[in-house]
Amino acid sequence: MIAETGHFALILALGVALAQMIMPIWGAQRGNHALMRIGTTAAQAQFGLLLIAFFGLMVAYVTSDFSLLNVVENSHSAKPLLYKISGVWGNHEGSMLLWVLILALFGCAVAVFGRNLPPDLKANVLGVQGSISVAFLFFIVTTSNPFTRISPAPFEGRGLNPILQDPALSFHPPFLYAGYVGFSMAFSFAIAALITGRIDPAWARWVRPWTLAAWMFLTLGIAMGSWWAYYELGWGGWWFWDPVENASFMPWLAGTALLHSAIVMEKRDALKVWTILLAIIAFSLSLMGTFLVRSGVLTSVHAFAVDPERGFFILGIMMVFIGGALALFASRAQVLRQGGIFAPVSREGALVLNNLLITTACAAVFIGTLYPLALEAVTGAKISVGPPFFNLTFGPLMIPLLIAVPFGPFLAWKRGDLLGTSQRLLAAMAVTGVAIIAAYAISGRGPWLAPFGIGLGVWVIAGALSELAFRTKMFKAPWDEVFRRFRNLPRSSYGTAFAHIGVGVMVLGIVATTAWQSEKIIALKPGESTQIAGYELRFGGVAPAQGPNYREQIGQVIVTRDGVEVTRLSPSKRLYDAPKTATTEAGIHASWFGDLYVVLGDELKDGGFAIRMYFNPLVRFIWIGTLIMFFGGLISLFDRRLRVGAPKRAASTSAAPAPAE
Amino acid sequence: MWRLITSALLALAILISAPSVFAVEPDEILRDQALEKRARAISLQLRCLVCQNQSIDDSNAGLAKDLRILVRQRLTKGETDAQVIDFIVARYGEYVLLKPVFALHTLVLWLAAPLLLLITLFALFKSFRRRKAEMISASTSKLTKAEKRELNRILKKT
Repeated sequence: MIAETGHFALILALGVALAQMIMPIWGAQRGNHALMRIGTTAAQAQFGLLLIAFFGLMVAYVTSDFSLLNVVENSHSAKPLLYKISGVWGNHEGSMLLWVLILALFGCAVAVFGRNLPPDLKANVLGVQGSISVAFLFFIVTTSNPFTRISPAPFEGRGLNPILQDPALSFHPPFLYAGYVGFSMAFSFAIAALITGRIDPAWARWVRPWTLAAWMFLTLGIAMGSWWAYYELGWGGWWFWDPVENASFMPWLAGTALLHSAIVMEKRDALKVWTILLAIIAFSLSLMGTFLVRSGVLTSVHAFAVDPERGFFILGIMMVFIGGALALFASRAQVLRQGGIFAPVSREGALVLNNLLITTACAAVFIGTLYPLALEAVTGAKISVGPPFFNLTFGPLMIPLLIAVPFGPFLAWKRGDLLGTSQRLLAAMAVTGVAIIAAYAISGRGPWLAPFGIGLGVWVIAGALSELAFRTKMFKAPWDEVFRRFRNLPRSSYGTAFAHIGVGVMVLGIVATTAWQSEKIIALKPGESTQIAGYELRFGGVAPAQGPNYREQIGQVIVTRDGVEVTRLSPSKRLYDAPKTATTEAGIHASWFGDLYVVLGDELKDGGFAIRMYFNPLVRFIWIGTLIMFFGGLISLFDRRLRVGAPKRAASTSAAPAPAE
Repeated sequence: MWRLITSALLALAILISAPSVFAVEPDEILRDQALEKRARAISLQLRCLVCQNQSIDDSNAGLAKDLRILVRQRLTKGETDAQVIDFIVARYGEYVLLKPVFALHTLVLWLAAPLLLLITLFALFKSFRRRKAEMISASTSKLTKAEKRELNRILKKT
């Protein structure tokens, strides 16, 4: 009964989305406010209905209702509650439902919080959002219905892929989708602007919070995925340039570029055409990510729906939206007049450089991900594009980008002073120099470039701190004035500083763990010891244990340093009951200096065990960095100018009726 | 029925291969540290053909293990890194290389991003120069009579 209610709500949501797609845009064309307001109501109704559908499915999972095919295929009665819930989106049908639910949530948020938007812009935005909903709801209802019943109902389900049964991974998809789908807001705003033909700094200000929120969620989602890969896949890597990772990384790169170019548009009324194009690209890449993961073109743990029919359907949706958006862009772009002139060396110039490097990096990832598919389709030749390619093409672009980051916020708008800026960054340069020398002295081994990488990270951090110090006149003015300035500094300045510090911290982690990781693969019998990175590890043997839906063998490793016990690690090997799959759980001892990472291997013929150990220096900085970036976004989101809302348009910029505020 | 049989076979295959959770195993490692280091570097560049986007160094599949051992055998025989890689490419095809070769059919792959960067840089440079030229010509050109009159009017006002 609950399943039928959910199913009904899902179909009803499709109808409501159709109304949301047609009525407000039609109303905006005819200047009919009653029609335009339908968008607001429909967006809220759609969200409510999808919420009912989603909870319907969730109840089916929690109660292990095996009369639903989707529950049978992806759940098991012995699974812990958390994974019964996360199982809802751990499969194709359920994850699509989550996708549209989040889409509707964003639409609903615009309907509720977008009171200060001009009615015609709001109507068009909700209309475009509605059209995306229609496409995906139609896709779900016709090809991927999660509410399909099965008769006779089996007694037990097949279970969720055990490597997906993990707390971090439970929340990885919702964040990722919130990011993907969040860019639909920027997309809808861009299309609405192209339809109305009006675009100005106020537009950039309205789009900013949505883009920022999407970017934050995507940042966190990708970081969670990487964190999970690090401790679950069992070989200590954190990024593999896997096509599926790239599929989420490309929208992130485009979104990062969009955040920066929208600043130029908001403050200086320049880069309009480019910002609109980026908004379209960011969402197009999100759609492509959805397509790549579900089409069966790529095979990985993420490819739930290895079904060409569904792939073609999403490909169709993608071509309609991307093609339509680009066609509209091509026909209307010349209407958008360029404003604000600026010199190459200026804040605008720095942001253009940022966009240039980030979009090129995004293009490099795009080509590396899709080229093998294209080549095979055209010539039949099969090639692989792996980490060495991406490190060679993506990596070098990041170096000038990171060098430039501290300069950007110091440069003045319109025309900046490179020499003056360099002088203000002298302290940061000195700190960087010391850091490079210190890195040489401490490491003493490893690639000679690595200390420069450390220098880059320190440079970005020191640069961001210098900017805060400069803006508050620290060390120059009396302390009470410094404090006053600290309080009065706009939150977006703090946001920028934190986001950049986060990048720097992440760079430190990436460089250190890549350059100075130590590894040891060894066979140990119970009672034997070995050493790695100053730790002494004594292997105590292996004991069997029983988990809720798995059996495991837990190894015991006692870690000492200079004769003092540091910790006891218990790396284990698990064998899940349903589906029968083996996983490894690494034993990890974390410290500020790095992670000691121990994986238990097979029992050898002589009674010993294969054991693999790593010391990953500063590896946690990678995820701490992303958290700081997220935090920076959060501070920026609460900036006064975004909370208070955009000012009214200047009367001269539009002939349309004045927006009701 | 066939699906059932194939999935049963697949499950069996997974069960049999399941216990190995390791990539490089202790018994594979060469005594000669320099040689082992080279073997690891080569392994990182070779794709495990039965896995999802893993190098043979990361993979625990049987085929990856065989390839790792093969790489080490060839190295101990005294072959150079390039010879070892060529030998494996000759057997398994270009697909095995994680770093694609630079050749005619990969020209676009390797050059697209750098070219894009150069072209955009060039276009930006041109547009800045054009704009500068426009600004200079705008600032040096003589005012028309109407503009002068308008200017005087404004100046008098203030």
